[in-house]
Amino acid sequence: MSSLATNIRVVRALGLRSIRQTFRRPQLIAPIIVFPTLLLAIQTGGAGGAVELPGFPPVQSFLQFMLAGAMMQALMLAGNSGGIALAVDIEMGFTDRLFAAPIPRFAIVLGRLAGTAALGLFAALWFLAIGLIFGAEIESGVPGALLAIFLVTTAAMAVGGIGAAIALRTGSASVVQGLFPLVLVVLFVSSAFFPVDLMIEPAKTIAEYNPLSLVVEGIREPIIAEIDAADTLYAVLAILGIVVFGLLLSARALRHRLRVG
Amino acid sequence: MEATAALPAWRANLATIAAMMARARNELVRVPGAAIPGVLAPTIFFLGLNGVFGALIQLSGFDANTYEAFIVPISMLQGAGFTGAAAGVNMARDIEQGWLDRLLVSPAPRWVLLAGTVLGASTRALLPATFVLAIALALGAGFPGLDGLFVTYAMVMAMAAVAACWGSFLALRFKTQSAAPLMQAGMMALILLTPAYAPLALLQGWLQDVADLNPVTEVVEAARQGFVGTVTWADTWPGLVAVAGLLALLGALALRELRRTGR
Repeated sequence: MSSLATNIRVVRALGLRSIRQTFRRPQLIAPIIVFPTLLLAIQTGGAGGAVELPGFPPVQSFLQFMLAGAMMQALMLAGNSGGIALAVDIEMGFTDRLFAAPIPRFAIVLGRLAGTAALGLFAALWFLAIGLIFGAEIESGVPGALLAIFLVTTAAMAVGGIGAAIALRTGSASVVQGLFPLVLVVLFVSSAFFPVDLMIEPAKTIAEYNPLSLVVEGIREPIIAEIDAADTLYAVLAILGIVVFGLLLSARALRHRLRVG
Repeated sequence: MEATAALPAWRANLATIAAMMARARNELVRVPGAAIPGVLAPTIFFLGLNGVFGALIQLSGFDANTYEAFIVPISMLQGAGFTGAAAGVNMARDIEQGWLDRLLVSPAPRWVLLAGTVLGASTRALLPATFVLAIALALGAGFPGLDGLFVTYAMVMAMAAVAACWGSFLALRFKTQSAAPLMQAGMMALILLTPAYAPLALLQGWLQDVADLNPVTEVVEAARQGFVGTVTWADTWPGLVAVAGLLALLGALALRELRRTGR
């Protein structure tokens, strides 16, 4: 068997393991789906009147606007959750056994990220289904829905890279878990939950420069309007930037992990 | 031993409750990191919601001068919810580590053990509430007056007790810290399915109906009154009745589980 085929099998096996792990442990799946769904329902019901504010972009409903924010929250939490699971593997010694196996090191991280991407895919499908069930329309139809799903899945993988890097560096599940509030902070200072122009300073200025705003807008645009090439391109570039950042961090952290054992 | 045996039952019970409250307080002093999530989460929510949804104040029908003033009681109650849920997580940890078993073989009645946990959470809830309030006041939320402050803190402590009963019930039911998300999500839902982000009249249809039925709406209105207007008995007593009802219900459930534990 060629080495590429072997690597693909390893990544597939580790990816399937991480997906099963997540769905078997309610404490891992709950933050990814339950919290964002709860917040989506509450924010839509509580702040739904916002669509009447002058300057709010034309949308069918606040739910339609908020779907991208909920997906963003879920994918960020999926990345965090993947990092926690990797850190648990390190604490339990499972990663050491993988390091000793005749498989490339990157496959270990990639396997975990494949699981995170699958969770991102699940989150995208979940929130699109929630939106459709409760009356939100996907303005750009099936192509728009597919684009949103693609962006959410790849963004989950990208964010998961940062979670994996922190897990590899610290080897501590509680440290990675402690990043949960940071996820909320980063989301609040992006356009995930409200249009940037209507936000209050200093959140408004930070959101304008936050790369996550680009990802959110890329996911949101096909839902609330037609597919916009520029928004899509910016979202892809932002995701690529996060991927590169995550890869650099992961590579350094992996070297550190192999050095300290 | 003789001195302990000579203590009247009520004094022994009070001493046990005080010891359990001291244990909860000691954790704050000895493991300061344990308090950070409870303080950080409501603070992030306060700053985040204010930055994101602050423009909602422009909608007609908003009965507050600033969004900070409108949202700060929610963040204080959220802090109480997280602190109470943390008491449940701590109880689950005590079950996993066998500490609760040792308490159960002591001569202390079960209700005393629960009261110690619940009152410990009530006291600890003062920390996140005060932290969030200080930030809100610094950002321009008006001072609610001494009466408003008193009612808000009373509601915060009572909600922490409600959350601790809920958390303890789940901890005793599932006997694992893995139930933590359920403890936190339950309280989060209870507190946010109210006029948390906007006045009742401005909520969307379904949430308005749910908030109308949710007893915590009365708690929110009571805690908020000093920040958005004047404190009245008419806005206070429904909140007191609501927390009393929730405490009675969830306290009874937790006590029933505690009585079943180890049998």
